[in-house]
Amino acid sequence: MGSVVDNDPALPNTSDPLLAVTGVVKTFPGVRALDGVDLDVRAGEVHCLLGQNGAGKSTLIKVLSGAHQPDAGAIHWRGEQVSLQTPTAATRLGIATMYQELDLVDGLSVADNIFLGHELARVGLSRRRAMDDAARALLTRLGHAEIPVNREVGHLSAAGKQVVSMARALSHDARLIIMDEPSAVLDADEVDNLFRLVGDLTVHGVAVVYISHRLAEIRRIGDRVTVLKDGRTVARGLPARTTSTDDVIRMMTGRAIEHAFPPRVGPAPDAPEVLRVSGLGRPREFHDVSFAVRAGEVVGLAGLVGSGRSEILETVYGARRAATGEVRVAGRRLRRGSVGAAVAAGVGLCPEERKSQALLPDEPVYRNITLATLTRFAAGPFTRDGRESAAASQQAGALDIRPAGVARPVRTLSGGNQQKVVLARWLLRDCQVLLLDEPTRGVDVGARDEIYALVRRLARSGVAVVLVSSEVPEVIGLADRVLVVAAGRVVHEAAATDISESQVLDLVMEEGRVA
Amino acid sequence: MNEPHLTDAPALDPAAAEAPAAAEPLEPPAAAPPAAIPPAAAPSAAALPAAAPPAAAPPTDERARVERAAVEADAAVAPGLTGALAGKADAAEARGPGMAGWAVLGRLLGGGAGRNLGLIAALALICVIGLITAGDRFGSTDNTLTVLRLASVIGVVSVGMTFVIAGGGIDLSVGAIVALASVWSTTLATQNMARDSTFLVMVFVALAVGTVCGLVNGILVAYGRIVPFIATLAMLASARGLAEEISNRQTQVVRVQGFRDFFRAEPGGIPVLVIMFALVALVGWVVLNRTTFGRRTFAVGGNPEAARLAGINVRRQTLWLYTLLGFCCGIAAIMITARTTSGTSTHGLLYELDAIAAVVIGGTLLSGGRGTIVGTVLGVLIFTTVSNIFTLNNLTTSTQALAKGLIIVAAVLLQKRLARENTRM
Repeated sequence: MGSVVDNDPALPNTSDPLLAVTGVVKTFPGVRALDGVDLDVRAGEVHCLLGQNGAGKSTLIKVLSGAHQPDAGAIHWRGEQVSLQTPTAATRLGIATMYQELDLVDGLSVADNIFLGHELARVGLSRRRAMDDAARALLTRLGHAEIPVNREVGHLSAAGKQVVSMARALSHDARLIIMDEPSAVLDADEVDNLFRLVGDLTVHGVAVVYISHRLAEIRRIGDRVTVLKDGRTVARGLPARTTSTDDVIRMMTGRAIEHAFPPRVGPAPDAPEVLRVSGLGRPREFHDVSFAVRAGEVVGLAGLVGSGRSEILETVYGARRAATGEVRVAGRRLRRGSVGAAVAAGVGLCPEERKSQALLPDEPVYRNITLATLTRFAAGPFTRDGRESAAASQQAGALDIRPAGVARPVRTLSGGNQQKVVLARWLLRDCQVLLLDEPTRGVDVGARDEIYALVRRLARSGVAVVLVSSEVPEVIGLADRVLVVAAGRVVHEAAATDISESQVLDLVMEEGRVA
Repeated sequence: MNEPHLTDAPALDPAAAEAPAAAEPLEPPAAAPPAAIPPAAAPSAAALPAAAPPAAAPPTDERARVERAAVEADAAVAPGLTGALAGKADAAEARGPGMAGWAVLGRLLGGGAGRNLGLIAALALICVIGLITAGDRFGSTDNTLTVLRLASVIGVVSVGMTFVIAGGGIDLSVGAIVALASVWSTTLATQNMARDSTFLVMVFVALAVGTVCGLVNGILVAYGRIVPFIATLAMLASARGLAEEISNRQTQVVRVQGFRDFFRAEPGGIPVLVIMFALVALVGWVVLNRTTFGRRTFAVGGNPEAARLAGINVRRQTLWLYTLLGFCCGIAAIMITARTTSGTSTHGLLYELDAIAAVVIGGTLLSGGRGTIVGTVLGVLIFTTVSNIFTLNNLTTSTQALAKGLIIVAAVLLQKRLARENTRM
């Protein structure tokens, strides 16, 4: 905190921005991830980048770090137009990026990590002593002389890793450091320390592009704010401390494409309670989470990445072992930490990472669909592919999985259709409870609406649905009841019709400030 | 009868080391009349299902490419791209005949049946080389049966290994388990008991020892969460050590006549060992391709996290896989004990490498998720035949080892290439 906040944000020579991005466009097949982004960053300032999930922040970072090439637009660095063809090109100019999932090698020492890729060497031999000294100097400059340079990075805390990551950025002599949600994994003390470091950097004229969802943080260290929405800059260079929360949220919300959420039906008044979660907790992830879902009801968990929402879902499913509390399905208590028990009780999960957690990419579609119902189609120990593929075809047809034909490998399908394959797997099982973690991530607009309709249809047929999404409108539009999760706790619960997008955003971004 | 012959040849290549033994009177003389069935009958019978699995076995491809494809699919947010991907296959179909030749060959050879055809072609080529260089000495029924007998033992181990590797694991201890099981089933105590009752006592002991060793491997890997490489490395060391301890490094001759009579018989001219191998391969094929157990094996090997979240008990499946391989090692121990009429702690030396090599050139993905029994059987036959040809031509075991290494590299490179051609559609 300290020094920087006292600086006048307008102080650094305003005539020539360090970095100026104008009209940058980046399209991926089917999506315009960036659709005219403008951004200017001055030396020595903390420039905050705000925007909802999918607004284009990550893509912009990748463009600035040389990982993606823009399709149109210009990037000026210190007044000259540059093209960032490779990450190395960006680093050479002095642009360093600290990614959200820190890109450090756990098995290497602190010094090795700092100089990874640009080791100090003489005739092919690494100059260990020189690197150690230089690493020590960098850490001292960051106020963390206590971190031993020979320590394996894997043994450091999240905050320690962040310091190392920052030292690495400095070792490149970075003039601009992009920080992608650096505070997401830190606790309060560590965040304070991070801010002190950011302050030190800016004093030395280093510019920081800071991405965070927490408005309080932005007010503490930010100088100016740029807001992105649907791949466009909707506001640039707003004063960070004086712009009101309401204004910021208003700019972030109100999307260009409104999804048509199917009409809400809601559970029947006498619908039985199917899922009851009480006092569920896991140390350092979430605490004392309790909620109940009735047959035909959709309950949405809204929260930021790292708030514990996915962890809650996975613990309900038994994929993580609960430390406290219990989960009951139709009154029967589930064995802790047993996916098998949950599945047997009629619970299904569509996990967050489709590719790595749900699919067998090389296997045909039908085998992916029948993965959880193998024995149903088998005659004793013997599988019967014909029956499986017939049943799978029927589901695939009902969900309109395209292209038709269940024999092709599932990896050849688009994201939306892959998601439908995972849904089909649980539909085939006649689940009582369906847990959906980010069901529309990486799913195109058309398939999104189909998935929404499907969730509604499932609810109507009596399935209890729990939905996790980082897209607030999706939670509000789809759920009957919304639980707001922040910092591992349920901070608010309301009927979806009684809560607005900005209220939810306010709650998650201010970590529980009363709406 | 005759003492079992133990060569002092460097144990670099067990098949080779045992090959001279085949020439010894130990092997029943070529009393077998020219078999009614062509010599290759057994393996080709095992290979017959080759035509069936392809539907169930889409092309193998190296993981990186798979992931790239998956990423592409993920990025493919446009409904249009779905169509584009679907259309690619047609595009390949429609490609000009000039370009198509290699692609068609690739698709054919890259697919399940095609890959096996490729292996059969390779085996045929090797046989031709054998006939040219060694003539009748290679082509004789007697020699063919010798090759098959040698292939049978390592073949049974390799079938089990296919399961473990397809399930995402690896087992380095198979040779040591074979040795331990063979030694344990031929101790004085066991043989005395067998003589007093039935030779099945020896069979039972070998199977039990193998299964228990596999079970221990499975427990260590699945529930002890030890990396398979390390867990089975430990088993390799200790099982062989225990085998030496029990046998006092002596060769234990099989004196139970029932055992020798049964396993050294040749009904219809086909050695019992070869029949056993064919049965194991057949059962293995059915289990891997036609049962829920096999399906779970592929799921667990292909994406353990997805399998777990789909409600499959990944650890139990892993446990069963290693146990199954241990059981196969028990069978192999019986077979090698019968073939050499002895149990010794040097049996099965380097079987782990031969088995893994056979499985891999057969087309099973070392990273798991895909496996083929037919390919494994062909891989075993290729290796054994090459060894045999080298031995017949009086080439050293060192050159054999060198050739094996080259075969492995060539086979894997070729497969990768074909797989790429095949999936470029």
